Amino acid sequence: MKVARKIVLHFPAQLVEKAIAYRLVKDFDLQFNILKASIIPDSEGFIVLELSGEKDAYNQGIRFLTRAGVKIEPLSQNVSRNEEKCTHCGACLTVCPTGAFEVEDASRRIFFNHDKCIVCGNCLKACPPRAMELHF
Amino acid sequence: MPAPYAKLALKDDLALFLTSPSYINKSRLCNHSLLCKTKPHFEYFFYYLGNFKSADYTLQVLSFQLLCKFTCYPVIIDSRARKYYDLLLKISLFIKISTMQKTIEEINAKIKAGKAVAVNAEEVIGIVRNKGIARAATEIDVVTTATFAPMCSSGIYFNIGHPKPRMKLDAGKTFINDVPAYTGFAATDVMLGATALPDSDPRNKEHPGDFNYGGGHVIEELVSGKDVRISASSYGTDCYPRKKLESWLNIKDLNEAVLYNFRNAYQNYNVAVNLSDKTIYTYLGILKPRLGNAVYCSAGQLSPLLNDPYYKTIGVGSHIFLGGGEGYISWHGTQHNPDVPRTANGVPKRGSGTLSIIGDLKQMKPRWLRGVSMQGYGVSLSVGIGIPIPVLSTEILEYTAVTDHDIIATVIDYSKAYPQFTSDVIGEVSYGQLKSGVIQLMNKEIPTASLSSYSGALEISNILKDWINGGLFLLCPPVKPIPGVKDGEATKPFNYRPVERNNNH
Ligand code: SF4
Ligand code: SF4
Repeated sequence: MKVARKIVLHFPAQLVEKAIAYRLVKDFDLQFNILKASIIPDSEGFIVLELSGEKDAYNQGIRFLTRAGVKIEPLSQNVSRNEEKCTHCGACLTVCPTGAFEVEDASRRIFFNHDKCIVCGNCLKACPPRAMELHF
Repeated sequence: MPAPYAKLALKDDLALFLTSPSYINKSRLCNHSLLCKTKPHFEYFFYYLGNFKSADYTLQVLSFQLLCKFTCYPVIIDSRARKYYDLLLKISLFIKISTMQKTIEEINAKIKAGKAVAVNAEEVIGIVRNKGIARAATEIDVVTTATFAPMCSSGIYFNIGHPKPRMKLDAGKTFINDVPAYTGFAATDVMLGATALPDSDPRNKEHPGDFNYGGGHVIEELVSGKDVRISASSYGTDCYPRKKLESWLNIKDLNEAVLYNFRNAYQNYNVAVNLSDKTIYTYLGILKPRLGNAVYCSAGQLSPLLNDPYYKTIGVGSHIFLGGGEGYISWHGTQHNPDVPRTANGVPKRGSGTLSIIGDLKQMKPRWLRGVSMQGYGVSLSVGIGIPIPVLSTEILEYTAVTDHDIIATVIDYSKAYPQFTSDVIGEVSYGQLKSGVIQLMNKEIPTASLSSYSGALEISNILKDWINGGLFLLCPPVKPIPGVKDGEATKPFNYRPVERNNNH
């Protein structure tokens, strides 16, 4: 059985420069998609990624990470758009780091691509009618 | 009154306009000469003066224009004019003279009969392109324009009715949902502005402030039919003894509730960028450092005054769509500034004309009156406005066929030039470029965002179109034009005159 989950990996400073993510691919045959990363040498870092693979391999991979000292959190927060409130202005277009907002061609309505959202929170206060909502 | 002039459509891209000298006055000639300059759809365009049927008529080609590449110049009969003279003679056998000018009364009669044809200012572009201006002008009666964006000079006034015992609301001490209202009027009249903030709002104490709630939000709630809380105090008089009032208010209990906005529907607007090294928070939204983004705020080709650049149909008294209900233009707006640089087709390249509007709040819908929060700046109200443009002549239709590519906006640095009120301009871009998602400036590709909802404007233009096509909405001829180019209306900066500190005062 396959699983795919969005998780946040927190790296302590001493692990930052080790090629840990690479081993997930090599040793556990997992695929990952990095959604967001902030890694600064000699300091803490984090990666938001979507990790997928066979369930057993997935669990082994997670165990490997935990043992290596990586703190793992599920990406439990969720940002969604209150469609009643959205005026389709487009103010969010340039604040989203992942390009989750797109302009639909003819209507010029603003499409929110939930799959691209990494819950960074940038759009929450940038949206004038406050249509973007954070849920836990 | 018969039509002042007649149209001879030779083919779609070639039209001749005939008129007798008595109908030609200077201004009309000027207008049409100007029109000639803007002709993308015409190959030639000229006047024929004189009685067409008489034997000895003279032909004057007053405006001769080839695809905008030549300026207009008058030609008094010469060999070239002679050529058109012959041409005219030939085609005169097949002339089907159709009236060119319509009046608002004629259009209204068609609306009432359910026969009017309204299209929105986006559709009109394709129609004119395909059919040519002459044919399109005979087919289209009204072009609907619209805009839906934050408009800070919005406010409402209402009358709460007299409580028992009576009370004179004391200016500055009346609050609606904790937002201060203005009551410097007669006893029970209240005015609430869109950008008013509760006294308890932390504002920018921790920059950038959130500005979650204010006047714009109160207006939205009131229009939604929600109860709002009024708390008022007064000093008491012999005739108005009551000193305190704390009560729920609902829009349906108010005697009058009116949306009044003294500056909106800006004819073009700045594009904001940030040249500094830190993020800034402006009324045009969040601007990322070092040209990280560019924000514009206009419906472009759908925007009312960009479709009537010289205010030929939009004036005081025009009947409009306002906030989901109907309203009227009450005056030109504050900071109305028609004398700015314009493109060849007359469209201002800077913020220019503005409108002041009024309408019955009780008919309006929260969908088109939305409280908004601009982080680090304040609150406001997004207002939906739709303005019909009657197609009274080909000239007017021509203006409405303007496209996003023909409309130029000015890019301004909001980290320095705007706040310091210098006239530095970074560049000019078209709305076509802005809407493509990136613009090129100072050797950089800058992603664009907008604050004005184009899809909202499109929806409003369609609602208004349906009202007109369905016979539900009549046009009103303006009772007074709004000041135009060279009419002497200009925005002046603040005249700062320091007040001397004088011990005698
Ligand atoms: S900024 Fe808000 S209202 Fe505007 S399009 Fe984005 S989500 Fe919708
Ligand atoms: S929270 Fe908003 S800005 Fe951040 S990734 Fe999601 S959609 Fe984009």
